[in-house]
Amino acid sequence: MTSPLEQKKIKVTGPVVVTANRTGDGAVVYRGSDGSWTERLNAAAVVTDAAGAQALMAGALADDLGAVGPYIAPVKLLPSGGVWPGNLRELIRLNGPTIELPVEAAAPPVLEKSAAHVRL
Amino acid sequence: MYVYDAFDRTLVNERVAEFRDQVARRLSGELTEEEFKPLRLMNGVYLQLHAYMLRTAIPYGTLSSAQLRMLAHVARKYDRGYGHFTTRQNIQYHWIKLEELPDAMADLASVGMHGMQTSGNVVRNITTDQWAGVAPDEIEDPRVFAEIIRQHVTLHPEFSFMPRKFKIAVGASAHDRAALRIHDLALRLHRNEAGELSFEVMVGGGLGRTPFLAKTIKPFLQKRDVLSYVEAILRTYNQFGRRDNIYKARIKILVHELGAEAFAKEVDAEWQSIKDGALVLDDAVVTEIAARFSYPAYKKLDDSPPEFLAARRADRHFDTWVGNCVANHKVPGYAIVTLSLKPEGGTPGDATAEQMDKIAELADRYSFGEIRVGHEQNLALPHVEQRDLAALWRALDDIGVAVPNVNLVSDIISCPGLDYCSLANARSIPIAQELTRRFHNLDLQRDLGRLHINISGCINACGHHHVGHIGILGVEKNGEEFYQITLGGKADENAKLGDLIGPAVPYAQVADVVEDIAAAYLELRERPDELFIDTVKRTGIEPFRERVYAAR
Repeated sequence: MTSPLEQKKIKVTGPVVVTANRTGDGAVVYRGSDGSWTERLNAAAVVTDAAGAQALMAGALADDLGAVGPYIAPVKLLPSGGVWPGNLRELIRLNGPTIELPVEAAAPPVLEKSAAHVRL
Repeated sequence: MYVYDAFDRTLVNERVAEFRDQVARRLSGELTEEEFKPLRLMNGVYLQLHAYMLRTAIPYGTLSSAQLRMLAHVARKYDRGYGHFTTRQNIQYHWIKLEELPDAMADLASVGMHGMQTSGNVVRNITTDQWAGVAPDEIEDPRVFAEIIRQHVTLHPEFSFMPRKFKIAVGASAHDRAALRIHDLALRLHRNEAGELSFEVMVGGGLGRTPFLAKTIKPFLQKRDVLSYVEAILRTYNQFGRRDNIYKARIKILVHELGAEAFAKEVDAEWQSIKDGALVLDDAVVTEIAARFSYPAYKKLDDSPPEFLAARRADRHFDTWVGNCVANHKVPGYAIVTLSLKPEGGTPGDATAEQMDKIAELADRYSFGEIRVGHEQNLALPHVEQRDLAALWRALDDIGVAVPNVNLVSDIISCPGLDYCSLANARSIPIAQELTRRFHNLDLQRDLGRLHINISGCINACGHHHVGHIGILGVEKNGEEFYQITLGGKADENAKLGDLIGPAVPYAQVADVVEDIAAAYLELRERPDELFIDTVKRTGIEPFRERVYAAR
């Protein structure tokens, strides 16, 4: 298979992160600047150019055991300094479904959730 | 119920052991994701937005109470306490961990359940009428033939790497409850003019980005020839189906491009070489498979017992529920009960572990321990004594599955959409939930009558939006969720694809649009019992289009 890095030229027009799903449990994770994976978007490495994104992707792809299916996702930088998902799909990946789950109590806490669910 | 034998149990257990080894090798780094992905998909394990998802087959929609209890156990132990019944007689767990999957699969295997044939380019879980074996209008139990085909194609090497997935449905009633025409291959048992039983064979149906209804290529196929003819179809598809373009790989494209007649000729040529060989289904083979379906020891009862009639008279709510959720059974004194998994504000098709456990208990008490799963994402208890209906209704109401909205506007079929699915472009579930709130008034729902809303969060059409009376398809436009609305689709014996009424509308307007369509119908219908779908057929979509877009 062609590496995702080679499939298409990486275009970066704003702040981005590299995200994937953790291999063991499928949880959403982000590539940190220290080469580790984190569940916290605020701890993700944010880059703003193609070279930076390519470097993050190269590291992510090399860690096939750590996480699955890495890709570049847009983010927004908040005035407070925080990082926020750049689109609805990424917002749902970060905060979970926008609906009440049938059994709320069974859901494990997610550190970064500011509220139980996103209302859009 | 179908009684599995040692061969079936060994096959499923061996698959669990094999997958346990594959997961261990993946987690140790011995297998890359590229190597592992096709292996997990062969067991129904997908990766969705937030987690892995395990899809488990419920062959022909039949469950024992022990199996349903195990589904509840898996939901509770390995997932988040609930499961999602899909439009293809499967259940999906949306939060399963890869590390725990082998244990979950071993637990499922202990009751004969598995994820084989729920993913990949194979013959998928074979579906049928959820009322199979009990419907009064049924000719014969279609599950016997579904099981024969299932046994033949499971792990069949020739059909494990087809151009694309292949969905088969089998029906045997005049009224199609299995959505036959939207399948790659459908078999309908009927009688020919001479009164002989035979199968009508339909091929090339399917929804997705290029929807087609299946075309009949053989109106009368003898039962003895079913397996050889199905094999001939699969071989023809394997040979001519496109492998160069995933969007043109389904058999519907082949049948469309070749033409049904030419495709049938190719099938026939293939069939001639195998029709009298090892695949002939002689009566003994069919009888042997049929004998492994156990049927309840029904009592000799009369229809409409006095206590049942008295309960209907005494309680308006019970009477309403009976009128909506209870159907005639082929055996006098019994009834088929549909359990709505479409509560107001709920997720269509979701059931909690507690609900599943309770339904299993009620199935043991009232339905010979048997439960059915329909493609409409509801459950059914197929063998309930009419005199037990009042007690059953109270117990079902206690757990929220006695909402009398079956086939009404709030009985919405919906895929998981962008809240779970990595393929989705837009959300489906919140749209469904908002619609159930808008139409929460049951009197209004009953006035609107039979009205099927189907919602898909992307063009892959898991919510069967093309065949909804009102179809809703989520698309993405410049990063925003928009929804295309179609009218006039239906999935029954008069199947039809819906017609698009106009430009897509934004998320916030979908419920308003559906309310406008409902209001237009109430004004346009010629009489109170003219169904929505019949009004659309009579008037066309234009008056609805005008109503929807006049104010927008």
